[in-house]
Amino acid sequence: MTGGRDDRRPSSGRGVHDDVIELRPGQRLRSTACSTELVVVKGSGPLDLRCGGAPVTVLDDAEPVADAVPSPPFDDGTLVGKRYAHDGADLEVLCTKAGAGSLSVGDERVEQRSSKPLPSSD
Amino acid sequence: MAADGLGDRNVVGARGGGLTATELADQARRVAAWLADQPGEHLVFVDVSSEALPVALFGAALSGRPFAPLSYRLADDQLRRIVDQLTGVLVAGPGVAERLGGDVGLTLVDRDELLAVARDHDRPLLDRAGGDGDDVAVLLFTSGTTGPPKGAVLRHRHLTSYVMATVEFGGAAEGDAALVSVPPYHVASVAAMLTSLYAGRRVVQLAAFEPEEWVALARREAITHAMVVPTMLGRILDVLEGRGDAVGALPALRTLSYGGGPMPASVVERALRLLREVDFVNAYGLTETSSTIAVLGPEEHRSAFASTDPGHRARLGSVGRPIPGVEVSIRDEAGAPVAVGAHGEVWVRGEQVSGEYVGLGGLDADGWFHTRDSGRLDEDGYLFLGGRLDDVIVRGGENLSPGQIEAVLVEHTAVRDAAVVGVPDEEWGEAVHAVVVLQPGAEASTEELQAHVRANLRSVCTPATVELRSELPYNETGKLLRRMLRPPESSDQVR
Repeated sequence: MTGGRDDRRPSSGRGVHDDVIELRPGQRLRSTACSTELVVVKGSGPLDLRCGGAPVTVLDDAEPVADAVPSPPFDDGTLVGKRYAHDGADLEVLCTKAGAGSLSVGDERVEQRSSKPLPSSD
Repeated sequence: MAADGLGDRNVVGARGGGLTATELADQARRVAAWLADQPGEHLVFVDVSSEALPVALFGAALSGRPFAPLSYRLADDQLRRIVDQLTGVLVAGPGVAERLGGDVGLTLVDRDELLAVARDHDRPLLDRAGGDGDDVAVLLFTSGTTGPPKGAVLRHRHLTSYVMATVEFGGAAEGDAALVSVPPYHVASVAAMLTSLYAGRRVVQLAAFEPEEWVALARREAITHAMVVPTMLGRILDVLEGRGDAVGALPALRTLSYGGGPMPASVVERALRLLREVDFVNAYGLTETSSTIAVLGPEEHRSAFASTDPGHRARLGSVGRPIPGVEVSIRDEAGAPVAVGAHGEVWVRGEQVSGEYVGLGGLDADGWFHTRDSGRLDEDGYLFLGGRLDDVIVRGGENLSPGQIEAVLVEHTAVRDAAVVGVPDEEWGEAVHAVVVLQPGAEASTEELQAHVRANLRSVCTPATVELRSELPYNETGKLLRRMLRPPESSDQVR
């Protein structure tokens, strides 16, 4: 972890450990290793959520690190509009901005979920 | 999100013309940056569904302003009264500024001026949308059935919750196109804009509904999805039948959804017969609930239509089951849940349910919104509506649903339209009075209609009196105004 990235982590929304974020539904998060942005659909409490192998952070106005790259094997990409879930962690997030990294809880992948759409009513 | 993931897709306007998602985002961001420099709080919109609508709606959202579309059909003084409650910028369609009169406290901008801002490539784009889920997204002034219109408040979290729970991002196929023919001040228009964009489905607007024009536009734009209010569907079917080949007339149409008021079963059946390949969706929702909360889907329509079991067939008169994330409960006057199948007031709860009005909260202590609609749930959880609670007739201590009696009357071949109201009665408190519009050239006696109701419902529902009229009063969103058919309250009525 670089010292530069530590400076950008806001104190709100963080748990005791640097790697662990306090989740709540509706919270907006971003990757620190790529351009991915997420919103939490389901999930609460501390969780080691990562994108591209690096811990995610709360979405704020701070500029992302320019040369951040995702670490393999978590570099498959995250797609906008898709939902990703980890049952063990009772987590579901929606990707609101695409990026090169892919999601994990610690070293365990967070998989894409397909949704069952309703018939359109509008 | 749409610009990010679907950037090159056409999302607004005609085939081959119109805007891509990226272009719409840029135009909205220009409007948002311009709005950031304007005084006041709101972006008021008084126009038909013009090209200015999408950029006004999304521009307001990006800049954190509540979007307040108003009905251009309101009387001048009513319109002015609402406008006087708001501040900021008002986008005016042709003739609106003159109607408002002088000394309006908002900055007036006409439709073309707003479009010029949106299209001016030299203007800056708003960098990043700020704001919060709790910010007010839209103010919709509901036509009050009693008193002046109330401003229903929908916050971003309500609308977002609705869209994300019900739509798959980018789920629409490339060529899909939705025809929106409801006006901008109707919650269905706001919902359609959001869900279509999120799904990646191109939106085509029809500014003023006219059935021939609707069919012509649907053909020209290869419309795959459309939403109509019940009064429109019958008229569209008339046009299609007149052409002699309904299916051939609309080859691209895949889904037709309807809502906003009760749909006579005979019209749905006619539609199912004429357009067999089309998926029909009945959607029940209110302004206060960010539109749809219950849906009767295509397969439910088909299986009910094909069924010989009367109970199953009756599902065609249902508005379906609650959508994910929404709970529905039927309650009595004391607020206690009624037995399964019993009538009561429809209560709704869920993240998309606001129930808030300007200056007034609207949810009870447990988060329920009391819709003031009467209804019942069957044992499978299907919701049947009975009309506004205020319109419930109390006869001899029994509650009678006007909607139920009207639905039966309209099934009579001689009856084109019907409204049922309670009139003061010495013996019963209220008596059932029917106001009927007959089909052109048809005849039916009071006795015939009474016998027809008696054969289909409990005898207490039988209208004591029947009045014939040439038409019934509806408001501009297609809602029947039963209160206008009741005798005026006056001390002379008390005998």
